[in-house]
Amino acid sequence: MSGSRSAWWLSGGLAVLVAGVVGVTLGPAGPTWWRVPIAMLDHLPLISLDSGVSEAQWNIVWQIRAPRVVLAALVGAMLSLAGASYQGVFRNPLVDPYLLGVAAGAGLGATVAFAVGRETTTTWAIDPVPLAAFVGGLVAVVLTYTIGTAFGRSRSATTLVLAGVAVTSLTTAMQTFVLQRNNDVVRQVYSWILGRLTSATWGDVRLVLPYIGVSAITLLSYRRIIDVLRVGDDEARALGVNVAMVRIIVVLAATLGTSAAVAVSGLIGFVGIIVPHAIRLLAGASNRIVMPLSMFAGAAFLIAADVPGRILTSPSETPIGVVTAFFGAPFFLFLLRMRDVRQ
Amino acid sequence: MSSLALRGLRVEYGGCAVLSNIDETLARGEWLCLIGPNGAGKSSLLRAVARLVEYSGVVEVDGRSVTDFGARELARRVAFVPQDPLLPDDMSVVDYLMLGRNPYIPTFGRDSAADRAIVADLIEELSLGVYARRMLGTLSGGERQRVVIGRALAQEAAVLLLDEPTSALDLGHQQHALELVDRLRHSRDLTVISAMHDLTLAGLYSDRLLLLHQGVAVARGTANEVLRSETLAEFYGVSARVIHETDGTVVVVPLRTIENR
Repeated sequence: MSGSRSAWWLSGGLAVLVAGVVGVTLGPAGPTWWRVPIAMLDHLPLISLDSGVSEAQWNIVWQIRAPRVVLAALVGAMLSLAGASYQGVFRNPLVDPYLLGVAAGAGLGATVAFAVGRETTTTWAIDPVPLAAFVGGLVAVVLTYTIGTAFGRSRSATTLVLAGVAVTSLTTAMQTFVLQRNNDVVRQVYSWILGRLTSATWGDVRLVLPYIGVSAITLLSYRRIIDVLRVGDDEARALGVNVAMVRIIVVLAATLGTSAAVAVSGLIGFVGIIVPHAIRLLAGASNRIVMPLSMFAGAAFLIAADVPGRILTSPSETPIGVVTAFFGAPFFLFLLRMRDVRQ
Repeated sequence: MSSLALRGLRVEYGGCAVLSNIDETLARGEWLCLIGPNGAGKSSLLRAVARLVEYSGVVEVDGRSVTDFGARELARRVAFVPQDPLLPDDMSVVDYLMLGRNPYIPTFGRDSAADRAIVADLIEELSLGVYARRMLGTLSGGERQRVVIGRALAQEAAVLLLDEPTSALDLGHQQHALELVDRLRHSRDLTVISAMHDLTLAGLYSDRLLLLHQGVAVARGTANEVLRSETLAEFYGVSARVIHETDGTVVVVPLRTIENR
């Protein structure tokens, strides 16, 4: 068993590495693709190679592509881990990281920020869109949680999910209202909703890293307990688990990480559902494997999904959310088919 | 010292009492069987002992109130098998048994060599070796029941609560499951409370019966004392013949009330 686990970790790490190298290598501008890996080796300490890559070209690789790849890895890992965690604590395979209204709240926050006017806000020291999205997402989830626990006897998981549906409807309605009043920003908001990593900088990476770090460490430390929850709330309690508290902590941690991811990348759909399920089909259902492996797979998947978007329709970009769904859906169906054949 | 004591136990759902004034004391190694019609309060009593429902009154394990224990401490003393346990189809038998070790594994830790040894011993004791790597979804009803009891035993608790342990099993598997519990309670000195519908089996395996009706204890004692046709007529609304065999076995046979032809 441990041998096969090591093989999974190795495959996961390798997938991220390969996707990362491909991600920084390919792009519409910059040096010839095969020179990039050589230039990267050249920049490692104690290694000196003649890559033929100019300083300006290296800047494209290091200042534009690299942060984009790292951000894609962080966002992909976070959304996949949050998805796996939500699916675990709610024992529902269909829930995604946006379950409790993060997406709708962040969408409203971003819409308001756009509506205030990009002309006004470009002079601000901090870009307000990620911040507004982050705050909007968190406020929506706090609202969902307050409603869900106030009306639901014994904090039932179903009431919480229903509260999420209600809050999502409410915030979406508010967002539509704001958009109606500000027709000029519809295009910007729409492009944000479809997700983008286009303008990723090292600053964005630094912005989200602490939140995603705290969230991921918390979620991963609960992965064994989330496995205990698979036998139902009552039995988990009889086995000594404080179910209500575990659920609160996991939901809050997953939401914090998701909000941070959404703030810098917009709404990238499908990753949080498809990646954990793909891992379950391949490596079994235990969260002790599914959760960490989903992080690797999510990171590799999103880095890879970001590549066609910037090349296919160059010089304009295809939103990454479109790519994840376009390639993700058939791949997922393929995995389901493979499982049926195997059984 | 008694292993388990209930004093003035009362459970309410929405202001309505489903169990009241239950007093009972069990010695170590004793098997008490709760009987009574549907809705009599059998499951509520078991769930109160496992602290899964709010209750008033006192529930003591080894002389200490269960409210003194943290959730993990309680799980090391009381193991509960619900009537319809949720078995994830894609979880392996050995992983499922390991869940029983949860009260001993640190929250952020992983199973130790000792935990794995205990699970391995259980697999041996319950003859689960051939199933160990199989997924729960592939097991038959009898195999599932054995695995569920195994998970409860992995908790190494002195008190074992079984809610309808044989309801989904055929006659042969009912016998196997109850023989297993009986053998284990003797070898491990377990205190057992079970809720059961089959009165003959209840009388056959337990030391004492407690008959509940509308949340109140209406009869208690040995099978010979409790299982009487007039008692069953009064509280189950059934006409039944109760046969007292010379070896002490009590057999309950429901009577057909409509004349044949």
